[in-house]
Amino acid sequence: MTTDLDQLRQNLVASIDAATGLDALEAIRVQALGKQGAITGLLKTLGGMSPDERQAQGPRIHGLREAVTGALAARKDALEKAALDARLAGEKLDMTLPVDGVPAGSVHPVSQVMDELAEIFADLGFAVASGPEIEDDWHNFTALNIPETHPARAMHDTFYLAGEHERPMVLRTHTSPVQIRTMMANKPPIRIIAPGRVYRSDSDATHTPMFHQIEGLVIDKGITLGHLKWTLETFLKAFFERDDIVLRLRPSYFPFTEPSAEVDVGFTWTNGKRVIGGSGDAAGGGWMEVLGSGMVHRKVIEAAGLDPTEWQGFAFGTGVDRLAMLKYGMDDLRPFFDGDLRWLKHYGFSALDVPTLSGGVGA
Amino acid sequence: MKFTLGWLKEHLETDASLTEVVEALTRVGLEVEGVENPAERLTGFRVARVLTAERHPQADKLQVLSVDTGDGAPLQVVCGAPNARAGLVGVLGLPGATVPANGMQLKISAIRGVESNGMMCSTRELELGEDHDGIIELPQDAPVGTAFADYAQLGDPVIHVSITPNRQDCMGVRGIARDLAAAGLGTLKPLMVAPVEGEGPGPDVRTQDEGCPAFFAQGVSGVTNGESPEWMRRRLLAIGQKPISTLVDITNYVMIDLGRPLHVYDRASLNGGLVARKARAGEQVLALNGKTYTLDESMTVIADDETVHDIGGVMGGEHSSVQPTTTDVLIECAYFEPEHIARTGQKLQLTSDARQRFERGVDPAFLEDGLAIATRMVLDLCGGTASGITHAGQPPVATRTIGYDPTLAETLGGLAIPAERQRDILVRLGFSVDENWQVVVPTWRRDVDGPADLVEEVIRIEGIDHVPSTPLERTPGVARPTATPEQKLERKLRRTAAARGLNEAVTWSFISETQAAVFGGGAWSLANPISEDMKVMRPSLLPGLLAAAERNLKRGATSVRLFEIGRRYLADKERLTLGVVLAGSRTPRGWQAGKAQGFGAFDAKAEALALLEAAGAPVANLQVMGEAGEAYHPGQSATLRLGPKTVLAAFGAVHPSVAKAFDLSGDVVAVELYLDALPAKRGSGFMRPAYTPPALQAVTRDFAFLVPDTLVAGDLVRTVKGADKGVITDARLFDLFVGQGVPEGQKSLAVEITLQPGEKSFTDADIKAVADKVVAAAAKLGATLRG
Repeated sequence: MTTDLDQLRQNLVASIDAATGLDALEAIRVQALGKQGAITGLLKTLGGMSPDERQAQGPRIHGLREAVTGALAARKDALEKAALDARLAGEKLDMTLPVDGVPAGSVHPVSQVMDELAEIFADLGFAVASGPEIEDDWHNFTALNIPETHPARAMHDTFYLAGEHERPMVLRTHTSPVQIRTMMANKPPIRIIAPGRVYRSDSDATHTPMFHQIEGLVIDKGITLGHLKWTLETFLKAFFERDDIVLRLRPSYFPFTEPSAEVDVGFTWTNGKRVIGGSGDAAGGGWMEVLGSGMVHRKVIEAAGLDPTEWQGFAFGTGVDRLAMLKYGMDDLRPFFDGDLRWLKHYGFSALDVPTLSGGVGA
Repeated sequence: MKFTLGWLKEHLETDASLTEVVEALTRVGLEVEGVENPAERLTGFRVARVLTAERHPQADKLQVLSVDTGDGAPLQVVCGAPNARAGLVGVLGLPGATVPANGMQLKISAIRGVESNGMMCSTRELELGEDHDGIIELPQDAPVGTAFADYAQLGDPVIHVSITPNRQDCMGVRGIARDLAAAGLGTLKPLMVAPVEGEGPGPDVRTQDEGCPAFFAQGVSGVTNGESPEWMRRRLLAIGQKPISTLVDITNYVMIDLGRPLHVYDRASLNGGLVARKARAGEQVLALNGKTYTLDESMTVIADDETVHDIGGVMGGEHSSVQPTTTDVLIECAYFEPEHIARTGQKLQLTSDARQRFERGVDPAFLEDGLAIATRMVLDLCGGTASGITHAGQPPVATRTIGYDPTLAETLGGLAIPAERQRDILVRLGFSVDENWQVVVPTWRRDVDGPADLVEEVIRIEGIDHVPSTPLERTPGVARPTATPEQKLERKLRRTAAARGLNEAVTWSFISETQAAVFGGGAWSLANPISEDMKVMRPSLLPGLLAAAERNLKRGATSVRLFEIGRRYLADKERLTLGVVLAGSRTPRGWQAGKAQGFGAFDAKAEALALLEAAGAPVANLQVMGEAGEAYHPGQSATLRLGPKTVLAAFGAVHPSVAKAFDLSGDVVAVELYLDALPAKRGSGFMRPAYTPPALQAVTRDFAFLVPDTLVAGDLVRTVKGADKGVITDARLFDLFVGQGVPEGQKSLAVEITLQPGEKSFTDADIKAVADKVVAAAAKLGATLRG
């Protein structure tokens, strides 16, 4: 009996290990453990045995069954794994093949810089104001102390709108009319910046008939030229993220400010580019005009309906495109308005480059 | 305004170097645009003598010269000038020198087979004059071998300053000297004025026009109008003024030296006296620039009995201009009202050195002296006898007095300057200041009319750079948000669009009339456009984007996704708008997808909806309606509306004829989002409505309907969704089929609905009840459940 069981186990295990497919394996299982199977038959004999006999044979027959079951399972696993390996081997892909890209969008440098400026000035308590681009000549000139015959009007290369209007209409030549509109609509204290499109009838490598300016205005009590200087220094340091910004104020003239100053910023020539920072008087350096500014003229404050004996303040203006060029290194203004995708992708910004104070406003 | 250092020193006693002068000029507000040393440009040009001149063997018009340069062996030079001859002393440009007129660098070269070691130069080549008929001929005793710049004394640096419109006084060298003296750079020399006691009566001049309140004149007879002296010509040339004749040069010299424009008439060409009067409408004058101007009644002219001789204060007339043969002259020194001059100049679009000065306001107290200086110069340089002086009218010499508080320097200018220092500065600038700080403004400072102007004067002379930085007061705590809802919306949309793969462009606000016409025409046109392409303020953002798309495709771009956020300029308002243009391929050809795919109208719809969603618009409630406009394909475009009237966006395929007008081929689609039409986001704080995800899972059911092919899918979906609002949370169309099995005139639309159970799971009966409602609702649209 013992010999028979051992022989049966050997035979079955041998044929299980030799099975080359799941079907063959199943046939062996049926042959051994199926209803008519050899081991099933042996298990049935246990019922007719005496207790002693069962005591002796039971574990052996069960042992045989477990061994065969285990062998079947192991072989099944091995066969399945081999089948999977074979299938996967046939599914090999050339992983150097390219994937489809998602189109990369971009934010225009002018928009990005305007966002940067808004972020910086928000920290200084300045809100962002706006006004119409098609302006009447009162807001654009007269209220800003530029009467009709003033030579400064000729300097502005103004675009006029055709047709009859209540007042002559112009494309605003600067963002300064927003000063007037803001003072007329709001009570001081006022702190605003006003970015936007402006227009001059001028066209060459550094001038385009449309460009962007940003205006700043502070109206309060006790404001002096010293506050103006601090504000501009603070803003430029934050914008260029450099502590070595050096400003040079030069007396100048704007009809709407008195005293007036043009503001130069020091730069250093680095690899053929002007890099903002350091004194313009240092070796290898120079000064670049970046801002016009001054204390708001009392006539302008009056024109806007405020009492100049009570309120005074400063205003400044600068080119947004120019700031972008200085910070990010473009050297020609014209491509700003061409919509060339190659340029937009090179100089543009990712949607996620949102300027923040904690992350630095530059990108 | 240009002047030379030597010229400045005629008025300013100073030991200051050029660098110190230049720094001081910028510091006081006279911005230096450039400093040019003519001597530097003439490096390599020297005085040389022609020893021999032989005919060129290969060219009749050329000669081969042997030139003595003062050292070494004579050089062989080929020359084409007709006056080149043995013995001539001229100017030789050596190899390595750069010709100022054309920037060409000279080198040893062969000219028609003969070696040439330099170039004999004309005055024009050296930019010293207009003469180009021959090479320069110097006196025989000119020292051969000397640098020409040294010989010609061209070493006087030319300083170019930019004068702001308020500083008329610095439109003359003397005014600049005064500012520099005030800034501590030396002393202003006294101005020598020796009045000329003339003989006999003064010229017959009158003024009857308020535009010319004063007309002073003096005659000089028996003058010789030859070439002006070399010192004068050299100075005028150095600053770019062409010497013409002694009389003309004198007027230019006095104008630049003292800021005092003058005019000289040839009395032989005058008929009767001169009168300053208003022009008659249509009256014409041939001006000195060779152009004829038609005048109107607002303009002041100087005329005799017959004709106009001068557009007063702007430009003289050709007819009475002085000639080499002129012997009797009338010198005019007048005062013209600045506003008159500005208006006349603007109307005639005529600029001149005289206008620049008169419209800024010349010194009204400097007529008598100005005339005396000019007459004296004429007598000295042209000879002749002076007449008496006629003073017609009176210049407005009334002075202004400003009450000044010296503490303003600090409270407005931010710079504490001791009162006595301020007084000193003002006095140096020509102001007079009494013990009560009543400040009298000098007649030449028309721009100063209030205390703030005086602050500027003292600050700029003391040094505006000394103003200390003073921090603005800061609100305690973290800075508060400042952006308005519109600004936040614009920023959000910009970054959403960029995140969706669109590239932001900034295009011109003005477009051509033709382009505008396609979009309904522009409400605003420029009266003075820079070109026809930039004439009309855009009524839509699409023309600019379509033109940019076209340029990109021409440059080889395969896929163009552009957007812009900017204004449309409508008759009533400037409206903030977002425009999108998609052109070229949506997906490139690829190993997976096969052929490249173009953009379709539904790509435009996808952008419109995504952007509206980002803008917080209630996208699920929007109606898709027609009337996107003529720029779009009539059958493949729509508007998205909130209610029937409020159009939030238009989108679709661009009309083929519009695409063609922009030279675009292939499919082009576009979107415009009207940002000002978007409903304002309600500010209800940060708290969200309470929400707990439902405990029970949602179930879906599919319905396939046969519908008339005129029924739009949107209507069916909306109806199905609304069939049982408490239960159906979503309805989504997932199939559209026309063809086999679908009767003619009908289409099959399949909709998946999502049902959300509440507290209890749905029973079969519940679901059947909902399905019945769906089918019943759809039936009202003519839809039948497909078997």
